Amino acid sequence: MAVRTQFENSTDIGVFSKLTNAYCLTALASSTNFYSVFESELSDVIPIVHTTIGGTRIVGRLTAGNRHGLLVPSTTTDQELQHLRNSLPPSVAIQRIEERLSALGNVIACNDYVALVHPDIDRETEEIIADTLKVEVFRQTVASNVLVGSYCALSNQGGLVHPKTSRSELDELSSLLQVPLVAGTVNRGSEVIGAGLVVNDWCAFTGLDTTATEISVIEATFRLQGQTSAAVINEMRDSLIDHYA
Amino acid sequence: MVAMDYEPDAAGQESYILCADCGTVISSANGAGLCVGCLRNTVDITEGIPKEATLNFCRGCERFLSPPQTWVTAQPESRELLAICLKKIARPLMKVRLIDASFIWTEPHSRRIKIKVTIQKEVLANTVLQQTFELLLVVHTGQCPQCTRLAAKNTWKASVQVRQKVTHKRTFLWLEQLILKHNAHKDTININEKRDGLDFFYSERNNAIKMVEFLAGVVPVRSKASEQLISSDTHSNTSNYKFTYSVEIVPVCKDDLVCLPRNQARAWGNISPLTICSRVGNTVHLLDPMTLQQTDVTAPVYWRQPFDSLATVTDLVEFIVLDVEPSGPVRGKYVLADAQVTRSSSSNNNTDDDGMGDDGIFHTRTHLGGILQPGDTVLGYHLTNANFNNDAFDSFDQDRIPDVILVKKTYPNRRKKSKPRNWKLRSIAKEAEDVAEGGNTLGRGALGRKGGVDQRNVERDYELFLRDLEEDKEMRAAVNLYKANQEAKEADDEDDDVGMGETTKKSGSGMKGGKRRTGVNGGTGEMQVDEDMGEGTDADDEEEEDFPEIDINELLEHFEEMDMEDATEEVQ
Repeated sequence: MAVRTQFENSTDIGVFSKLTNAYCLTALASSTNFYSVFESELSDVIPIVHTTIGGTRIVGRLTAGNRHGLLVPSTTTDQELQHLRNSLPPSVAIQRIEERLSALGNVIACNDYVALVHPDIDRETEEIIADTLKVEVFRQTVASNVLVGSYCALSNQGGLVHPKTSRSELDELSSLLQVPLVAGTVNRGSEVIGAGLVVNDWCAFTGLDTTATEISVIEATFRLQGQTSAAVINEMRDSLIDHYA
Repeated sequence: MVAMDYEPDAAGQESYILCADCGTVISSANGAGLCVGCLRNTVDITEGIPKEATLNFCRGCERFLSPPQTWVTAQPESRELLAICLKKIARPLMKVRLIDASFIWTEPHSRRIKIKVTIQKEVLANTVLQQTFELLLVVHTGQCPQCTRLAAKNTWKASVQVRQKVTHKRTFLWLEQLILKHNAHKDTININEKRDGLDFFYSERNNAIKMVEFLAGVVPVRSKASEQLISSDTHSNTSNYKFTYSVEIVPVCKDDLVCLPRNQARAWGNISPLTICSRVGNTVHLLDPMTLQQTDVTAPVYWRQPFDSLATVTDLVEFIVLDVEPSGPVRGKYVLADAQVTRSSSSNNNTDDDGMGDDGIFHTRTHLGGILQPGDTVLGYHLTNANFNNDAFDSFDQDRIPDVILVKKTYPNRRKKSKPRNWKLRSIAKEAEDVAEGGNTLGRGALGRKGGVDQRNVERDYELFLRDLEEDKEMRAAVNLYKANQEAKEADDEDDDVGMGETTKKSGSGMKGGKRRTGVNGGTGEMQVDEDMGEGTDADDEEEEDFPEIDINELLEHFEEMDMEDATEEVQ
């Protein structure tokens, strides 16, 4: 299920929010409309946290995370860190990273298993990413853009990448990620996927300009069609039962 | 042999996405993420370009207004008209690239002009859209300012009235040549001859001011500006004036005899009051022929205490030089000399009648010592039997008045040959000849266009003016002379050759021919010029040696005829 929304008249909602399978961060806005959209979809399932990072509202671009952890940049204050710690489930590890490329959301794209990172990122950062998020880390580019976080959106079901990603590159990336990838656009032709779309395994939020065609591409890519959160849980339960059987 | 390489990446490089709007599969090469159709639907590159505009058209002269102010003749569906139409949307067109524009045919009576315009513009990064749209222009009829003025019989905005209160037209003939040389009549829309002068008309005030300044630069003048209110608009605080500049030229001309008031003569270097005017530039040059003393009178000085000329060129009479003896002082080209002259034969009877001269021989001093030779004919004022009505002259000591004041040398024999001139002058009239008055080719130049005030006087003045030009090198330098037409010139050349042959035979070659001739004259006495204006028995008269021929190199090609002559030469 993909939901269209906007943050204070901006359709780049990926800038102001971060969605994972275990939690959701949203920026502090002058009204709670933006928060409410997330709340109506997710409140029963995962915690939704109002926060700032380093005093700014661009939480989606400054942070990177998945089910296992959350990485925040060095500009994050202690209070913010404390607030996040208090709000997030204990299973989520929070790590502050001393990294020159401090917009972690732009330089890291990840799901629960694999992370693509900016080719110039520190060796230490790379290790911290691997340890905190419990992922395999690959230094990659998307359609020859180094800001992999900006130009793709990943979930465990699939991924949407920059529209100019060539087919060979798509093949390469999907073999790394082990999920199907699709080149596409959001917000009516915008190629900045990371800014226009936040997605987890059962739910996606896109900018208000996103057309029906783009929604259908997103839903097909991330396997959101006809699936509510309950349905996913059922499916997960089914697979769990399979696993333990 | 054709090599067919397998390029594994060629297919892989291409990537396809769904168009964000319609969902068709498109190549992602275009940066918009939209198919061309959807992109065209979303973005209108003609936005901000007006699709309708108005054209102003003058019914009177059938011209279109080309913004901001010019009116241009343009045929329907012509390039000029297209340019005017596109100018209407010039500013919005700056932001796009104009690819093509063409007319769509419309009924002329519909007063609508349709133009198909194709433009290109970059809409997003690396995406250029091309679009065609129609521009509809509504033709608004009206009057252009010129036609309005014509309709209101109000064709000029400024006029310059040039006047000189003298009996002849020589100054204006001279002025015309100066105007032509300096192209000062460029913006003149009309020239009218009036009593004692000319009126120049202009459509703009500054053109008239320019003309006044030009006149002030070449002749001594006094000018006065006045304006007449035509209309005024109290709402916009604008008013419409006609400006008139009255320019009066000093009435003293070259070769005039002037008697200055006593106190004035004292003030100007204590010059003798009886002077002749030697030259008129933008000041009047007065020369005392008895002492060669000179003084310049500028226009403001003149108008403070104006004086009139005592006698003018028409009062000049001919004298024959009997003897010349330089008496020493030399000043520039002037050489002071004592001369003995006698009046030409036609008036010999008078000398006897008045009982003044015992033998009709007058002794005088002259400034023409450098050019006079015994036997020459010279023009001068005969003061013995003159009767002037002038206070300054009356108060002048009568004993100091000479019998004769010689003014300039003349060449009557040469003139009688009635030889065609190998040069001619242009005239403003020919240039500015308008169709309405085109039929009238009488008159000379700007003067006498409408038959003139006095046609015969104009013709006589023109001939005198031409002679002046021939005889005065300085004067000639200030104007443009043009070659006369081809045949006349050839005939002239032949004539010249013969003439040269004769002169060499008679008087030897060289510059001193004149001197030699005097010897011959003195020796034989037979060659004495028997001057009689009435009888034409001058077949064996000798021509004056030092007649000032105009060098062919001085002449300019005639503008108007040049093209035609070239064409005929090519044909031959």
